[in-house]
Amino acid sequence: MSKNLALFRKTRIVENQIDDFLDCITESGLIFLRAIKIYLENGACEDFDAATKQADDIETRGDGLRRIIEAQLYEQTLIPDLRADVLRLLEDLDNLINITQANCYRFAIESPDIPLEFHKEFLHLTETVIACVDAVVMATRAFFRNIEAVRDHISKVMFYETEADKISSKLKVMAFSSDLPKVEKIHLRYFIERIDELANEAEDIADALAIFTIKRSI
Amino acid sequence: MDIIILLFLSSGLFLGWSLGANDAANVFGTAVGTRMVQFTTAALVCSIFVVLGAVFSGSGAAHTLGKLGSVNAIAGSFVAASSAALTVYWMTRFGLPVSTSQSIVGAIIGWNIFSGSITDSNALIKILSTWVACPLLAGLIAAPLYQLTRRVLKSAQFHLLRLDAYTRVALIFAGAFGSYSLGANNIANVMGVFVPVSPFTDFDLGGFMTFTGIQQLFLIGAIAIGVGVFTYSKKVMLTVGDGLMPMSPVAAWVVVIAHSIVLFLFASEGLENLLASAGLPTIPLVPVSSSQAVVGAVVGIGLLKGGKNINWNVLGKISTGWVTTPIISALLCFFTLFFMQNVFNQQVYKAVNYSLMPVAMDRLVNMGLPAEDLKDLEGKSFANASAFRAAVLERTLLSKSQETNVLRSAEIFYTRITPGKLNNIDRQWLGEERAKILDGLSGKSFMYKWQLSDEISRQSDQWKLHDQTTINKVYNKQINSRLDYVYRTFADVDRP
Repeated sequence: MSKNLALFRKTRIVENQIDDFLDCITESGLIFLRAIKIYLENGACEDFDAATKQADDIETRGDGLRRIIEAQLYEQTLIPDLRADVLRLLEDLDNLINITQANCYRFAIESPDIPLEFHKEFLHLTETVIACVDAVVMATRAFFRNIEAVRDHISKVMFYETEADKISSKLKVMAFSSDLPKVEKIHLRYFIERIDELANEAEDIADALAIFTIKRSI
Repeated sequence: MDIIILLFLSSGLFLGWSLGANDAANVFGTAVGTRMVQFTTAALVCSIFVVLGAVFSGSGAAHTLGKLGSVNAIAGSFVAASSAALTVYWMTRFGLPVSTSQSIVGAIIGWNIFSGSITDSNALIKILSTWVACPLLAGLIAAPLYQLTRRVLKSAQFHLLRLDAYTRVALIFAGAFGSYSLGANNIANVMGVFVPVSPFTDFDLGGFMTFTGIQQLFLIGAIAIGVGVFTYSKKVMLTVGDGLMPMSPVAAWVVVIAHSIVLFLFASEGLENLLASAGLPTIPLVPVSSSQAVVGAVVGIGLLKGGKNINWNVLGKISTGWVTTPIISALLCFFTLFFMQNVFNQQVYKAVNYSLMPVAMDRLVNMGLPAEDLKDLEGKSFANASAFRAAVLERTLLSKSQETNVLRSAEIFYTRITPGKLNNIDRQWLGEERAKILDGLSGKSFMYKWQLSDEISRQSDQWKLHDQTTINKVYNKQINSRLDYVYRTFADVDRP
């Protein structure tokens, strides 16, 4: 019986760690949004560097949590039937943090020139991909606690991903039909695609989550 | 204990071992196969609860098997158990679905035919109908239980990891219940044929309970099951998941619970007593197939989900198993008995003689049976029940119950009440008044069982059976078990 009580205690700890990990993803999204706002207003300034540092810290924290969770799932042979799915899910979600961190660094290092007329749509794209990331985090939380709600969140992910695609296409058209030098056009396209990548990754996670959910329903 | 007795018991132990190796997987297979429960935990829980179920609740189902045919020589029991075990072994090798319950019933019928005993058709029908009822009932229990579990889980909204932890604990508890039910229901298959020839005697456990010879026999059988669980079931458990259909641990829990409830219903004397005392119809106590209960439960859940994933061939194979297993086992038992008797010169049955002496003829008259038609049988002796029944039915037409009464009236069973045996009877269990009546008969002998029971019930109401109604079932069962004890204890073994 004491073994079972220990199991419940350990389970609760892992549950909290998973929640913390998901918080990291949401947080990294919000930091990325803030970083983009700062960049659009003031370029790669001190505040932007601070945001990049924050994204860096969160990435490290997220990685640490993911490793601990993975180790616990294996060591305590928790959820044996769904462990492989959950591990893949955690890895993929961690990738979202990696992308936001890498994007911050890209902006800091490459300092792309974003003309003023692009600012509104750039911000709109970032807000949409972050909404998409939020939705996939919500879907993941639902996968752990309230399986019935997963579907609703997944449909939101799909919606935001399509929106992000539309905005990024619009931005690319704007860039390539502008008078900017070719090299800047290509540079802009690169950053549009890097931001949009977050939504694409979130969509892939949502697709996998839909299958895991079917497996999870008894 | 005589080494030869141990040798004869070995076939039952082998049957127990194979039951442990195979059927433990029905209880813990998915849990261990999906690594939700460690094998050592499963094996330990399974073994302990199989022993508890067998020792404390095993007698109900064994009683029904006893009614089907009472194998009365230990070499006969050995042959019956080994025929059943070999049938199970061969059919499993050829990939045919097989159940120990069906196999042992076939073997008993084979013994009945060989020894000229009569197979009680009521007991047989009772047993056959439960074989069909077992998977059906398991399905009927599993489907709503599955729905209920789904609803509860939906509203409870446990975290996946919390659900995992709860499921592990639930699987262990369900496994314990399943093992208890398995022990209670299926020990009859393993040791049932040895009950009438049990070499063990009752002994007192510190004055608070009696450890009966039958319980000791069941304990040994249950230990054999436990050994089977520890030595061989891991392999079966790890492959069982691939069998019928992939299941989540929660669905597996539903299946184990449904299986356990069915086995428990067909084994629990306590439940039978409860139902009988409330005047409700009782559930027959019969050894049923644990594997078929699992299949029934899985199919029940499958049907609930729309029935797309069900492999109907499995059901067809099960139904064929109901017929082929007992037939193969009966034939094997019959021919092995022949060899054992004629080649190895072993006594595989004790002849039970039938004779209508004048006193028995009087009894027939008193019971309103057509004694006149049987007048020319008076004094004649018959070597077995079949020969006697054939002679009776040649002369008169009898209903099933009349036939049973004529057979009972003519069955020779010598008893002698001796002071030596009176000193050793379990007075506490019999009741002091009942024991005193027996004291008063010291020195007397009886030729028929009914003579002794008539004599003691004439002297005391405490020995009287009540009318055969549901409400009296429990009381009559108690009196009958005391009467059996008296017959066993005072059997005059020196008489032929």
